[in-house]
Amino acid sequence: MSQIQHAVPDAPIRYTQICTRSSSCSSPQTSSSAAAAGTEPPSCTGHRGRTPRRKWQVFPGRNRFYCDGRVMMARQTGVFYLTLVLILLTSGLFFAFDCPYLASNLSPAIPAVGAVLFVFVMGMLFRASFSDPGVLPRATPDEAADLERQIDSTGCSKPPPRTREVLINGQTVKLKYCFTCKIFRPPRASHCSLCDNCVERFDHHCPWVGNCVGRRNYRFFYLFILSLSFLTIFIFAFVITHVQLISLEISSMFDSFTPRCTILEVVVCFFSVWSIVGLSGFHTYLISSNQTTNEDIKGTWSKKEGKDNYNPYSYGNVLTNCCAALCGPLPPSLIDRRGLIQADTPQTAHQSNGTGGGSYAPTQLHSHMVGGYHPGWLQHGGGTSCQFCCFHAAKISFVPLTFYIY
Amino acid sequence: MAETHSLQDLQQPAVSSKVFVQRDYSSGTICKFQTKFPSELESRMDKQQFEETMQSLNNLYAEAEKLGGKSYLEGCLACLTAYTIFLCMETHYEKVLKKIAKYIKDQNEKIYAPRGLLLTDPIERGLRVVEITIFEDRSIGSGR
Repeated sequence: MSQIQHAVPDAPIRYTQICTRSSSCSSPQTSSSAAAAGTEPPSCTGHRGRTPRRKWQVFPGRNRFYCDGRVMMARQTGVFYLTLVLILLTSGLFFAFDCPYLASNLSPAIPAVGAVLFVFVMGMLFRASFSDPGVLPRATPDEAADLERQIDSTGCSKPPPRTREVLINGQTVKLKYCFTCKIFRPPRASHCSLCDNCVERFDHHCPWVGNCVGRRNYRFFYLFILSLSFLTIFIFAFVITHVQLISLEISSMFDSFTPRCTILEVVVCFFSVWSIVGLSGFHTYLISSNQTTNEDIKGTWSKKEGKDNYNPYSYGNVLTNCCAALCGPLPPSLIDRRGLIQADTPQTAHQSNGTGGGSYAPTQLHSHMVGGYHPGWLQHGGGTSCQFCCFHAAKISFVPLTFYIY
Repeated sequence: MAETHSLQDLQQPAVSSKVFVQRDYSSGTICKFQTKFPSELESRMDKQQFEETMQSLNNLYAEAEKLGGKSYLEGCLACLTAYTIFLCMETHYEKVLKKIAKYIKDQNEKIYAPRGLLLTDPIERGLRVVEITIFEDRSIGSGR
């Protein structure tokens, strides 16, 4: 019986078997169970920490995962909490101190509309912050080796070029090789140095949202800033209305606490309106011309680069560009963070599934994703994370309680 | 004899090499793979069959990413429900990915496995490549 135990090759499976025998204590094989009890601790909880079960636990990028891989954020989330506090505080004060008066004196629709806007803003914020922005999984060792062979075969004594040129809609686009992810980046993808991932259709890394903004969450980011603009204007307008109405009334029971909250709301909203509405306008322009913030900052498609320089991804008209960005099909996540790690690697033979003919692993959706699990590459490829938000936030960070996003 | 051979294959298939078919970005960022026939497969299969497989795959991915009335309707409905609708229903893309998985399984069973080849679903490689594993062909001596 102990021979059977020793014949099991895979470490994770052995831990599970030992765990079961020691906890059940019903095995007739007293020698093996005694040995198991001697070598392993009685509780099984220690195994889960040592043996990764899901792919997010071995994810090579610099991300943080919560709720067993369902939530994915950047490493630095401090500014995201500031965003949350500012929105919750301002909205909370509005609903607590201004809405009762406005509902009774003007209309109950005001808090109702405010509530709908608030829920939508929070929903979009969480979607933008918690979802995978479109991270490209790193190349498997076989793929990386194959690419290296292709690159080296073309070069001679000089270091081989790590770029590929492709013609897209008549425009020559250079694809750069990412040294960290060991792939040629697709067009419009960029490597975020903060998250250490290549992201598809990389827009920028937004510290306010605590995540990169890329192909999969751009529409949530845009809807967040758009709805936040409406909410900010809404709160600002009705707080001013409240103040005006109160100043017209002569009241002996004047609550001295209310004006201070109102002043706070007015200050936050006043500065927020300028920055957030401005940012919404900027992103509306980007969407209508089908550009990313990254491309706009670098001037990739500007006429200054050349007379014949144009954006090959634009659909030609504003409406199609907007629809494509906001209502287009939502691509699935490519990194399968909740998938279980298979014991076999892609280089070894696959298990037979008994259907005859050849043998192959069943291609189930989202269950066999294997990325490159080799951390510690020395060099990063080119491509920038966005310095846009970071730069402007640093420039005007001296203004307290502000909501500047750019 | 043929049964013994296939039984051996089932127990111990040895990977001879892997071929990677890269993405074709000439039409933009949509998911499309190159249809050029790799030279390593010349001894194993027909060029036309391979091109047919790749073209079908490309058509399926184009269907997944197609912009049209249906996708706009889905997008607008999702937006109106604050994207909570995807808690109970699959996106169009996911439905097509299931179709693709089924198609690849089908192709493997009918065409590729009898020739000692295996197509890996591109979603398992982050939609970067179509990986074709070439197994050692014991019936014809040591294959490539």
